[in-house]
Amino acid sequence: MRNKLVKTISNTFAALTTAATAMSLMFPATAFAEYKLNLQIPNSALGHTIYDLHTIITWVCVVIFIVVFGFMFYAIFKHRKSVGHPASNFHEHFWVEVAWTIVPCIILLVMMVPATKALIQLRDTSEPDMTIKATGYQWKWGYDYIKGEGEGISFYSSLSTPRAQIEGTEKKGEHYLLETDTHVVVPVGKKIRMLVTAADVIHAWWVPALAVKQDAVPGFIRDTWFKATEPGIFRGQCAELCGKDHGFMPIVVEVKTAADYSKWVESQKANMKKAAVADDPEKPWTLDDLKARGEKVYAANCVACHQPTGMGNPPTFPALSGSKIVNGPKDAQLAVLLGGVVKDGKPTAMASFKHLSDADIAGVIAYTRNAWANKTGDTVTPAEVKAARAAK
Amino acid sequence: MSTATHDHAHGHSHDGGHAHDDHAHDHKPYGMMRWLGSTNHKDIGTMYLWFSFSMFLVGGVMALIIRAELFQPGLQIVRPEFFNSMTTYHGLIMVFGAIMPAFVGFANWLIPMQIGAPDMAFPRMNNLSFWLLPPAAMLLIAAQFAPGGGAGVGWTMYAPLTTQAGPAMDLTIFAVHILGMSSIMGSINIITTILNMRAPGMTLMKMPLFCWTWLITAYLLVASMPVLAGAVTMTLTDRHFGTNFFNAAGGGDPVLYQHIFWFFGHPEVYIIAIPAFGVVSQVIPAFSRKPLFGYASMVYATASIAILSFMVWAHHMYTVGMPVEAQLYFMYATTLIAIPTGVKVFNWVATMWKGSLTFETPMLFALGFLFLFSLGGFTGLVLSIVPVDVQLHDTYYVVAHFHYVMVAGALFSAFAGIYFWLPKWTGRMYNETLGKWHFWLSLIFFNVTFFVQHFLGLAGMPRRVPDYALQFAEFNAISTVGAFGFGISQLLFLYVVVKCITSGEKAEQKQWEGADSLEWTHLPSPAPYHSFVTPPALK
Repeated sequence: MRNKLVKTISNTFAALTTAATAMSLMFPATAFAEYKLNLQIPNSALGHTIYDLHTIITWVCVVIFIVVFGFMFYAIFKHRKSVGHPASNFHEHFWVEVAWTIVPCIILLVMMVPATKALIQLRDTSEPDMTIKATGYQWKWGYDYIKGEGEGISFYSSLSTPRAQIEGTEKKGEHYLLETDTHVVVPVGKKIRMLVTAADVIHAWWVPALAVKQDAVPGFIRDTWFKATEPGIFRGQCAELCGKDHGFMPIVVEVKTAADYSKWVESQKANMKKAAVADDPEKPWTLDDLKARGEKVYAANCVACHQPTGMGNPPTFPALSGSKIVNGPKDAQLAVLLGGVVKDGKPTAMASFKHLSDADIAGVIAYTRNAWANKTGDTVTPAEVKAARAAK
Repeated sequence: MSTATHDHAHGHSHDGGHAHDDHAHDHKPYGMMRWLGSTNHKDIGTMYLWFSFSMFLVGGVMALIIRAELFQPGLQIVRPEFFNSMTTYHGLIMVFGAIMPAFVGFANWLIPMQIGAPDMAFPRMNNLSFWLLPPAAMLLIAAQFAPGGGAGVGWTMYAPLTTQAGPAMDLTIFAVHILGMSSIMGSINIITTILNMRAPGMTLMKMPLFCWTWLITAYLLVASMPVLAGAVTMTLTDRHFGTNFFNAAGGGDPVLYQHIFWFFGHPEVYIIAIPAFGVVSQVIPAFSRKPLFGYASMVYATASIAILSFMVWAHHMYTVGMPVEAQLYFMYATTLIAIPTGVKVFNWVATMWKGSLTFETPMLFALGFLFLFSLGGFTGLVLSIVPVDVQLHDTYYVVAHFHYVMVAGALFSAFAGIYFWLPKWTGRMYNETLGKWHFWLSLIFFNVTFFVQHFLGLAGMPRRVPDYALQFAEFNAISTVGAFGFGISQLLFLYVVVKCITSGEKAEQKQWEGADSLEWTHLPSPAPYHSFVTPPALK
């Protein structure tokens, strides 16, 4: 029985080792194969420092582990009753106890040196080449280019994986859940300072390959930085539980060469001008134009909470279909979109959408007032939205 | 069958056990009232343990729902909001409903027997601290059926997500309040019993280490549970009574909640771990047939861990954007914990060194604890390094880390304790072969479930997500298979325990050759209803 036990123990460990090796062989060269067992390949000097720090510390732990449990397994095999080992009676030894208190202290002290250096580097956001603000929303990210080339560019970035892929009615794409409609574009080799904040609850802005993770705390602005060494596309996710669609608000950073980055900035500025003309609130809009536009706005901004059916998910996310506000006076609905819903002096899950353009807000009002069970047949016009903003 | 041989030639005095009690006059009430109105430490201990096991099953089913959804990428089984509710209540129920009550059950059963007392100091308060648990558990379960479903805010209940949550949040807050009251009362009882009711001659430094670990844990509970109660009360008033503790727009700060929560939360980790150390410190010497190595240093190491646990809370918050000086302090202080923890591990290994080891089920679980808890300790050391943690925070690496400490640590230790003391509690032996099966199945499936999660975290899978990118698919599938294996293996445990109680072989007074605390040397198996009516004679 005991010999059998020894065998079982040794077999189990042999099996575990083989399993670990087998696992690394079982999942062959996919695009992500090299990411499987370790941190992602870093694309910044700081990322490499952290990668190496993790490797060193893990190996120190492995060595200590093997030494300590080497003793344990030696005792398990040699000091067992079944091989006739008699029990000693010692129960203390001053110098041994001093040694195993002091030696770990020294190991830890030595480990703290590279850790401290890396941490100070990690938190040094001084002298950036560019500053971008990232704002977490339930459940997307907003970006404002605050300083440096591209200043003034501003956009939102939401998950672009189709619903059908998530629900499994369509084949999942290569970048399933890690793709967005717009990318955060940055130039290579420049120190980018990220200001991180949130509009509703706590989120966290995380891109593993760039070694940045910073919580986005509503009402406060925190900062972090990165400097990419190679151009390419780098994907990350929100890392702090932020409600229902926490798993569905990825981050995509596109690193471009200086020349390509300048081109991107030009095209963005041109697009912004074009959009300003197309969205001119003063031009005439028909209800159908607005409804068509609103359907898209709804799909991009509202559907996560209020659902495609307009039935919402009460009580946190009320239904819009049949809603008193949506079917009531237009001005009240407009006020909700511009100011959000505040209850007992505190913001609720319905945040303000004043960052949308006049045409977008008018569109979504047109759509919600005339979809599902709602048949008001009216809407506000972009000009009215503009006027309401001015009156505030 | 290869259980210990029962050698009574060693001349322990059995007098104390038999002199006072012929167990004909137990005066136990019968039927429902025996349990509802019980003031007996053994009956209350038993109820704690069964309550804990039933919560373990409830929390386990929630874990299996989580793992079933994560078996494949895509949303198949549950909606994201329900998924979030499952992760939240799995955590709350396992921590407050399963693990903590399990060790309070051990404390109730063992402390009076180990210090030579008849019962706990405050028997009626003992009854109340148990009977507060079922209503709290019902509130947590009822929260699932509140309008909008359970609160998907995570067991840490971070503001301001909690401000958004539906009425389930209020039920959860009240449940936490009640659980806190129960813990505080239990702790006062334990401290008073240990400090005042030891038999003559049983000095503090002669107590079995299990009593020491509970004395220290009870102080941790008394100090930290009110802090948690404060944090959730502030959440409650923010939700309903117009305060703005955690609302920046009203002058508050969401991060304040995290500081308060983790000031409770980190000691909580040790509230769970320290009694587990105590159980293992009884089991390993018994099966090594050798006294515990470094008893005094074990006591000091445990006390150091407890004190340090109040000084390291913000290592759970490295990414909130604290000043770099604060991060450096918390990193240094956190790594310090490795020293006393290391001392404990070395002491256990030294206890086994040159012993005469046998490997019955309790010993196997204690060794599983030692090996895997240390692994969890090492990943904790990796996580204590701020720059590394910035990559690993809120990933599956952290999930793997704390399940090594909580499941392979605390739960395995609880299993070791149950197999170890079942003969004393019931007067009957469990089936050794099945016990060993339970151990090996648990060990293997535990590692299949959680070892691969280290890789997921390193590769960048965040925790608390119902769906994930395709490169995480293989390890998630493996983890789910492991989780179901682990879950089913626990039904075997239930079977072994029930079979032991109903039809196990008769157990000896000193079932384990190397066991040396009072319950083995002075009390028969099963132990009498009132442990020591007259104090035992101690050398």
